[in-house]
Amino acid sequence: MASSDPNKNYLNEKSGLMSWLTTLDHKRIGVMYMIAVMFFFLCGGIFAMLLRTELIHAGPTIMNSQQYNQVMTLHGAIMVFMVIIPGIPAFMGNFFLPMQIGAKDVAFPKLNLISWYCLIIGAIVVVASLFYHGVDTGWTFYTPYSIKTMNGTTLVVAGAFIIGFSSILTGLNFVATVHKLRAPGMSFFRMPLFVWALYSTAILQVLATPVLGITLLLLVFERTMGIGIFDPEMGGDPVLFQHFFWFYSHPAVYIMILPAMGVVSELMATFCRKPVFGYKAVAFSSIGIAAVSFFVWGHHMFVSGQSEVAGILFSFITMLVGVPTAIKCFNWVATMYKASIRFDSPFLFALGFLFLFTIGGVTGIMLATIGFDVHVHDTYFVVAHFHYVMVGGTLMAIMGGFYYWLPKMFGRMYNEFWARVTFVLIFVGFNVTFFPQFILGTMGMPRRYFDYLPEYQPLNTISSIGAYTIGTGFLIALFVILHCIFKGEKAPDNPWGARTLEWQTKSPPPHENFYQQPVVTGGPYEYR
Amino acid sequence: MSTANVSHSSSGEYHHHTAHHFENAEAEYNASKFGVWLFLCTEILMFGGLFVGYIIYHQRYPEIFHTGAKFLDWRLGATNTVVLLISSLTMALSIYYAQVNNKKMVLVNLYVTLACAFVFLGIKWIEWSHKIHEGLLPGRLFHYDGPEAAVKDLPMYFGFYFGMTGLHASHVICGMALIVWLIVRAHKGHFGKNYWTPLECVGLFWHLVDLIWIYLFPLLYLIG
Repeated sequence: MASSDPNKNYLNEKSGLMSWLTTLDHKRIGVMYMIAVMFFFLCGGIFAMLLRTELIHAGPTIMNSQQYNQVMTLHGAIMVFMVIIPGIPAFMGNFFLPMQIGAKDVAFPKLNLISWYCLIIGAIVVVASLFYHGVDTGWTFYTPYSIKTMNGTTLVVAGAFIIGFSSILTGLNFVATVHKLRAPGMSFFRMPLFVWALYSTAILQVLATPVLGITLLLLVFERTMGIGIFDPEMGGDPVLFQHFFWFYSHPAVYIMILPAMGVVSELMATFCRKPVFGYKAVAFSSIGIAAVSFFVWGHHMFVSGQSEVAGILFSFITMLVGVPTAIKCFNWVATMYKASIRFDSPFLFALGFLFLFTIGGVTGIMLATIGFDVHVHDTYFVVAHFHYVMVGGTLMAIMGGFYYWLPKMFGRMYNEFWARVTFVLIFVGFNVTFFPQFILGTMGMPRRYFDYLPEYQPLNTISSIGAYTIGTGFLIALFVILHCIFKGEKAPDNPWGARTLEWQTKSPPPHENFYQQPVVTGGPYEYR
Repeated sequence: MSTANVSHSSSGEYHHHTAHHFENAEAEYNASKFGVWLFLCTEILMFGGLFVGYIIYHQRYPEIFHTGAKFLDWRLGATNTVVLLISSLTMALSIYYAQVNNKKMVLVNLYVTLACAFVFLGIKWIEWSHKIHEGLLPGRLFHYDGPEAAVKDLPMYFGFYFGMTGLHASHVICGMALIVWLIVRAHKGHFGKNYWTPLECVGLFWHLVDLIWIYLFPLLYLIG
């Protein structure tokens, strides 16, 4: 079915907008996810810049408190549901998971296309809320406030519900693909670690997202019919909402970070030119993190009035997450030992990930300790912690993976100098933005407020300047990527000399990925 | 769920093309079934949220469940249980008849399944319109004024009743749409001893819908 013409690839096999909007090719769907996620990231990023501009000095700067609450909610909801969750799995995973296991496509290509449309339709519903007075609950939609506040809440909640389907369908597709479509010889322990990470993520997506689905559905019922399950006025329990919400949303944190860890494993192997140290330990630690993640949701609720025994258990299990996570970090460091490292920009981002994620992870252990958490609960310490994990972790990995795979996706090289400039701006800007927030948190500055006391002034100004630095870095990165796609120099098929299967075919890949069915005879990282 | 291309050979007999990314028809069949089982897991977790909510509030306010269940007619519920069980049987039989190449019986069984689904929804309609008429509605909408209305928080029971049976009924409607799709394909002669994947997949979904009802029936009707 695929043409064997060497000039044909997935990009020029068919042309016209309709050929993209109706495509069943996982690579084209991956590119469509890329465009969508980049657009959402731009929106979420603009909101972030507005927030930091408002906070640059005390008192109203560019908006009032009501507008601030709405901008903060949209920044959170867009970044979580529309950028970080689909970011790596749906975009890079779609493109490279089938290629890395030597398959021609994902198991259910039509479902794959439907999941993209779910994301887009959900996003439109979320944006439509702006025309119904917006939403000001924060991305967590806590009851009973979310039952009573503005009309737009119903739309945002419904939009998140629809986006949930996108996530479930992608996860389902990936689990089935990994089980059923591996190339001959591709045993589980010959799969690249990116595939292991996506597989663990996909299990979380399949098992956790439906619980968010029913929670959001009940919230919609609550707002439209007042069924009373989460409404204390009618005998309902708002803490039950928190339990339901975090039963999904804590595993969702690992939906965001596990794929990033997979990307970093790939970058470590390729740019160190060595097998990843402790391959099996890294692979199993992905599964370990996924398994433990289902039993830690209560650490979001230490001050909600849940029982103390529950608090102690959740605190202990939360610290357990540190074990598989540390296994990964130590193994990556061990991979670099005595390696012949190439410091190309993807690897710089991987190093940035290691540095920032370690800070994010260790502060996570601090927050898992009940006494400390009660002290800094709902302060900027928490904000700094999860930005170190999600931005310092996941976004660094997205950028590294993006530069790493650009030559394969579009057959063109990006500008290495400017890519390094983006790394410096993003890395430095990130620390300037968020490290002061740790200090602000321990000083007691509460999160989610549009104003603050004068003693928090200097650190907030520094933080805002850092935010503009990150913003500049990402804007330059956007130009580097667009320049690469449209004007970049032609790239060789395997510019990094990587060993995984996606690099063993042409760039850009042909419609069926490989000209012949690959047969696997060894591990993914056999550099020596 | 398969990406089937449809064609008829010169003899007019239907031949199912395996999608290009599968090694053979067997692999495609296995992958489709595997995908549906995963989907069923998500369904169970979604309904699981409602069941957990039910358990928690039943523990907290047992009286509202006991009072509320008295408004439900167990005979209608039991009839619906039997109707759904029959539909599950005919659904399974349609797969068997596809495997032995009996197109007529595949169709007969699919039509019976669809008819059962209509009967189920019809009975649901009667039950719901009766409750809506009496004002036995969820939360804010509740406006029943009989003596039982004195039971505090009773409206929450009807929140669960309409929430659970409503979500279930929406699944029945989705299942009916899928069965109509199967009937159309069966008429075209798509199913036979070499290909019955869609029957199997929709069948699995239909059995789950049936199974969920089997739990809803005692929890809502018989608890009084």
